[in-house]
Amino acid sequence: MAHAEIDFGKASRAALQDPQLRANFRRAMDGLMSKRAAQFADSAEWHSMRALGASVRLRALSKLPELLEKLEENCTRNGITVHWASTTDEANAIVLEIMLRVNAKLAVKGKSMVSEEMHLNAFLEKHGIEAIEADLGEYIIQLDHEMPSHIIMPAIHKNTKQIAQLFRDKIKEAEYTEDVDQLTGLARRVLRKKFMNADVGISGVNAAVAETGTLCLVENEGNGRMVTTVPPVHIAVMGLEKVVEKLEDVPPVLSLLTRSATAQPITTYVNMITSPRKDGEKDGPREIHLVILDNGRSKIYADEELRHTLRCIRCGACMNHCPVYTRVGGHAYQAPYPGPIGKILVPQMEGLDKRGAMPHACTMCNACVEICPVQIPIAGLMNRLREEAVHPGPAVKDAGAQASKAEALVWKGWAATFSSPTAYRMATTVLSAVGNAAPASLPLLKEWTSVRAKPRFAGRTLHDLARDRGIPDV
Amino acid sequence: MDATRPTTVYFFGTCLVDLFYPQAGMAGIELLQREGIRVVFPQGQSCCGQPAYNSGYKDEALKVARAQLALFTEDWPVVVPSGSCAGMMKTHWPDLFKGTPEEARATAVAGRVFELTQFLANVLKVRLEDKGEPVRVTWHASCHAQREMGVTDEPKALLRQLANVELVELKREKECCGFGGTFAVRHPEISAAMVEDKVADIEGTGAKAVVSGDCGCLMNINGALEAGRKPVQGKHIAEFLLERTHGTR
Repeated sequence: MAHAEIDFGKASRAALQDPQLRANFRRAMDGLMSKRAAQFADSAEWHSMRALGASVRLRALSKLPELLEKLEENCTRNGITVHWASTTDEANAIVLEIMLRVNAKLAVKGKSMVSEEMHLNAFLEKHGIEAIEADLGEYIIQLDHEMPSHIIMPAIHKNTKQIAQLFRDKIKEAEYTEDVDQLTGLARRVLRKKFMNADVGISGVNAAVAETGTLCLVENEGNGRMVTTVPPVHIAVMGLEKVVEKLEDVPPVLSLLTRSATAQPITTYVNMITSPRKDGEKDGPREIHLVILDNGRSKIYADEELRHTLRCIRCGACMNHCPVYTRVGGHAYQAPYPGPIGKILVPQMEGLDKRGAMPHACTMCNACVEICPVQIPIAGLMNRLREEAVHPGPAVKDAGAQASKAEALVWKGWAATFSSPTAYRMATTVLSAVGNAAPASLPLLKEWTSVRAKPRFAGRTLHDLARDRGIPDV
Repeated sequence: MDATRPTTVYFFGTCLVDLFYPQAGMAGIELLQREGIRVVFPQGQSCCGQPAYNSGYKDEALKVARAQLALFTEDWPVVVPSGSCAGMMKTHWPDLFKGTPEEARATAVAGRVFELTQFLANVLKVRLEDKGEPVRVTWHASCHAQREMGVTDEPKALLRQLANVELVELKREKECCGFGGTFAVRHPEISAAMVEDKVADIEGTGAKAVVSGDCGCLMNINGALEAGRKPVQGKHIAEFLLERTHGTR
């Protein structure tokens, strides 16, 4: 059903034609890659760290249902109210209900990709509640009514000049400046007022500790701490895979996360939230709510291979190293999660009908696999989804939606030819004799020759040459 | 004589070499032969199965891979002049054959698969004597040679043995050229942007030739060099090494 399909091809072509966008991404990704590499300069340390990170995540996934129950139990004991949402609609409704109960008009938000998954801002706006992004990057794109183009650096597609113009156009008291400190100071002044007046703070969760009922949140701007401590109500939203078993699992995960994401051994702020304000305490929210979202994750979890998608700690390093993402940027994917992790996660969440193109937007170069801090076999999972896309089955939503009789027939013919030495010999003899006469306008050749010369059949195959030279066959 | 040094190897030429770059295949065979290795080229061979495997058609990939597996009856090393096809056989065949009667055999053969330069440098420890004129070249590392076969320095070490060859490395040596099999035709514009960047990087080195060990990359890069009327030429490392050493040791 092509009508529902998101057109990655069209969006990527548009992105490729924007030289400013391409330059912004190239420069940013180059910088991120080299800084990250410096964080893991010691290869033995890198290998042991990522093995530890992977083992923490694998252990958590191996007992996910049990850990989630334990998390709920310990959060509840700590005074954090836990809510379960199987869909983004349910999650939105839960957030709204809390807001309406406390008569909230203004929410300040820390960075949260799950809230992007929920389209929470638009939902709240529809219900007359202003939700303002307090992370600088998120604030910038919210001003411009855009989606994040990167899960860690949401405004990475913009350069300083573009941000200077945006601030001048959208913020009343702004004067044009390209001075980064002045621009940051301006956003800070605007946001300060919002923090003081907000009824609710909304945040994401980087890791939730089952044994202690602790929510961990890393950030660099202090906005996360403001969001989770200043307003009287704090609502945290998290995907159900974010749980870890023990407190001691947190340091390796966070260390891999921050080094991989922003090349920092630790972020400026590390928030560990374990309860609302207690009697006699002078600050902190009166209420904390944790909304745990499924949105297709249980289905992903049910398949033993696809489950590894859920190891992800959302560092974004796979994006930084992806040669496709680097060329087209995050918006081309039209999804909350772009780049390699998006290409395996989003089709599983939204279905292979709508997202069947995503697993093919990849050269299988394995650059992401090489740097993933928790060793997710991204290329292998990409391949699995390519298989699911053309074969109906129960494992993935809308599996088989991309099946085409013509394509299946081509591969059947290919297999018949390439598995029979006689047929292969005949085919290569014909191709060698007449293949070069094929017009460049033929399908596939047309795409190939858009920037490349036609490949030339050599005329005689290696099989022929080997026979001529008497190379033994057995 | 080194006891671990094999006397006979299978040569798996790959379908791209077979049809488009047979000279590279022959050069690979000759490089092995002149080291005293008996090279067997099973005439029944065609393709490792990767095109179907990466397109979601595993049954079809298995059918083709099975026909190749049947050829390797002796426990000789299988030498492949392509990091990508070698990577398919070494890292993906065990998965592809999982649960089939040939699983154990496929895993055993996978363990004996070598990319050509890896075999020349690490197993045969070849010594090359350069007989060519001074020339500047650059090296294009294929993604699968690097990341599936773990072949990173072997080909460059071979090039560095050549006294008159100046090797200038690419700025982004590890970055994909944009081929990606069917990716090049499914997403031609992105692939084009990638290969254009690769060509610019190659030109930036001032090299006369770009040497590579994978014909998929070479087809892509050479196609773009030719379409852009660039004087630089892409060459398979087997052919380049053989030419520089005039076919003799």
